[in-house]
Amino acid sequence: MLKTEELQINIGPQHPSTHGVFRMIVTVDGETITDLKPVFGYLHRNHEQIAEQNTYLQNMPYTDRLDYFNSMANNQAYAMAVEQLVGIEVPERAEYLRVMMVELTRILNHAGALGFLINDMGMWQTQLAFGMREREKILDLFESASGARLMCNYFRFGGVVRDLPPDFIPRLKELLQAMPAFVDELERLLRENEILMQRAEGIGILPRDLALAYSVSGPVLRGSGIPYDVRKAQPYSVYDRFDFDVPVGTVGDVYDRFLVRIEEMRQSRRILEQVLEQLPDAQGGHINPKARQNVRPPVGDVYARIESPKGELGFYLVSDGSGKPYRYKVRAPSFINLTPLGDMCRGYKVADVVVILGSIDIVMGEVDR
Amino acid sequence: MPLEIVFPMTNEHELQLDLERQGVFLSTVNRFYNWGRRSSIWPMAFGLACCAIEMMAFGLSRYDVARFGAELFRASPRQADLMIVAGTVTKKMAPQVVRLYNQMAEPRYVISMGACATSGGPFRDGYNVLRGIDLLVPVDVYVPGCPPRPEALLHALITLQDQIDRQKLGRVRWYGQGAKPQTTDFPVPTFGAQGLEIDGHLVDPVGGLPLVSSYTAPEFGEMKSGRLEHPEIVRHFPIMDPSVELEHPLKARGMAPEIAADDLKRGEVGNAEA
Amino acid sequence: MPRLDAAELRERMARDLPGAVLEVVPLQVAAAPPHGPQPGAFMTSDTLVAPSRLVEAACYLRDLLGYAYLSDIAVVDYLADDLFELVYRFYHVEGGEGLTLKVRIPRDHPEVPSLTPAWPGANFHEREAFDLYGIVFVGHPFLRRIYMWDEFEGFPMRKDFPKQGDKYIGADE
Ligand code: SF4
Repeated sequence: MLKTEELQINIGPQHPSTHGVFRMIVTVDGETITDLKPVFGYLHRNHEQIAEQNTYLQNMPYTDRLDYFNSMANNQAYAMAVEQLVGIEVPERAEYLRVMMVELTRILNHAGALGFLINDMGMWQTQLAFGMREREKILDLFESASGARLMCNYFRFGGVVRDLPPDFIPRLKELLQAMPAFVDELERLLRENEILMQRAEGIGILPRDLALAYSVSGPVLRGSGIPYDVRKAQPYSVYDRFDFDVPVGTVGDVYDRFLVRIEEMRQSRRILEQVLEQLPDAQGGHINPKARQNVRPPVGDVYARIESPKGELGFYLVSDGSGKPYRYKVRAPSFINLTPLGDMCRGYKVADVVVILGSIDIVMGEVDR
Repeated sequence: MPLEIVFPMTNEHELQLDLERQGVFLSTVNRFYNWGRRSSIWPMAFGLACCAIEMMAFGLSRYDVARFGAELFRASPRQADLMIVAGTVTKKMAPQVVRLYNQMAEPRYVISMGACATSGGPFRDGYNVLRGIDLLVPVDVYVPGCPPRPEALLHALITLQDQIDRQKLGRVRWYGQGAKPQTTDFPVPTFGAQGLEIDGHLVDPVGGLPLVSSYTAPEFGEMKSGRLEHPEIVRHFPIMDPSVELEHPLKARGMAPEIAADDLKRGEVGNAEA
Repeated sequence: MPRLDAAELRERMARDLPGAVLEVVPLQVAAAPPHGPQPGAFMTSDTLVAPSRLVEAACYLRDLLGYAYLSDIAVVDYLADDLFELVYRFYHVEGGEGLTLKVRIPRDHPEVPSLTPAWPGANFHEREAFDLYGIVFVGHPFLRRIYMWDEFEGFPMRKDFPKQGDKYIGADE
């Protein structure tokens, strides 16, 4: 038996597969990981403190920059929190538009996340280029609706900032028609790919009990077999009117999490089709005409949460009766999903770290805020 | 076909281009050298925040930077020519950014992408946000926007290529004679109790800095005999010169306090904690 | 689906854990402005728990009521009332509304027992609260700064932390 010595390796903060400025201190024994400590803060840009100096509306564009893949989802959570605090009604059409945007966001997030994972596994940018191709199509739609590709800033208290442009719906229909082929292509790549199976199956297992104890959320929780989805568990907006399934994994390994993501893309497509069927075409119904944007909520607190593509995204707001939030706290899904990283990696090889990290799908803007 | 050279054309560069169109290639070592360099700028794969997503879009399917010869994103600074600072530079990250810059080999270029890298952007007021990467390393091209579109980044790349085209082999700073202040290592800031420090001075003190940078890129990267070409335009900066006074903070806002108090968006300013 | 509202929870906790539930004192939140409309006091409807009984109360929620999903821990700095409030939010895996426990601790001696030994998911929440607010979680296995560097002085999210920048100019003029 060879005697080995423990060695500490530093991965990050500048590393091509840490998805931003994230750092891990890995202790290895040979190739096997015995300990892993994540180090954060390289993108800590004081979102919460700045938000306490802004008016409520000024914070809307800041929420875009939290999870910069899914600006629409962040907008929705924040808008919901303020609406609950002030008591603003949202017109029906606006609710449908919101759901539409967030489900599109989910598709583009998962397409990107799959691309990055496969990139990390060593297939370089092939898959990423495919994912980005689809992503650009959705970003075009966002741009036509909101005026910006990435930082959409599309939601307002009481609705969305403007109605859809006339060619939006036909373009969306076209996109949805082409989507199954893309998802199938992705899945074929996943299911029949030798590299991927070798590197994903049985890696980074997070058992059911542990997943719950660590209070992870989103695809990571569902990959471990717990069918918890805020859209079902505590329906918000108009999600109770749609028919969709919550995919769950069985083992809780990297492979399961990715199957869950692929299935979620299909379910999002299902929701989008129902949205298109049910979309009320009320004119001017995209925003509540009574909703004021420079709100002064009464003293109190509120917590609103949604199922963002990465998990449970919540906003906790405390109002002191002025035009600025007294306390503004973000419950960021990918920050909490990182808690079990050390446990998930222990016992696997160093090369698996990037794959496990990729399967959690973090985005540093949200982790560090 | 006889050549028709239009003589009023005084610009040497345009004359060359004109000849090229007619099938005559004239070149100088200088131009050839620059052509080689400008057509293979390898950027460092180094994303900091949201802008990095647009930087990725710039490299991938639709925008495809390979058309400009800069598609080879290198993960190691030793192999890279260009650092695209894409995103918010926090104080915790700043030492690493400087260290990465120091590790790059000359000639090296920096594009400051987005409002954050340029000035702190929307997060300028944060306690952990560095107000502009140009406080620590010299920047060649700034790209405005939050985030800049990939087209804007492509334009920045073209601008950089333009700058490279105009460098003269004999005068570029990394071949010149004498001391080369901009080719040596830049000081890596350390963590202090209040913020980043260089030699005991705060890099980014409370109240802000003059809106100038210590390391002004001399025009097109050139330097004569190791000295700055235009010392009068190099702006001073507290780390270098503690006698420079900070600008009055209100000045930066460009607005009289009375007007600010009336501003709808800042309804609270006047009477908040009076 | 289990649906308990805050009033029911208070009732049951008062019965099963005598002494753990405290009477809610209204909060002033911000200092009252000298003129203009006075903001009302903040009277929370959530359950206020004695800091020393926090772990017990949280485990009661998890083990007896099944609220096993610790979603969030938020800290609020009520400078005018001279206290920190910690807001713990729990959900049931089968869905439904969540339950909230609140703990109030004095600003000059911010100490609460840590939930991390019983609840590994509390780990990063507590480290974040320590980093930004300086709240000491007794019994936390690795209570270190999470965002800022270790040499940094002060707790930046506290309301009395010196602010920098254009946004803060005029706030105290
Ligand atoms: S400039 Fe805007 S998009 Fe770019 S990193 Fe800063 S906040 Fe993000």
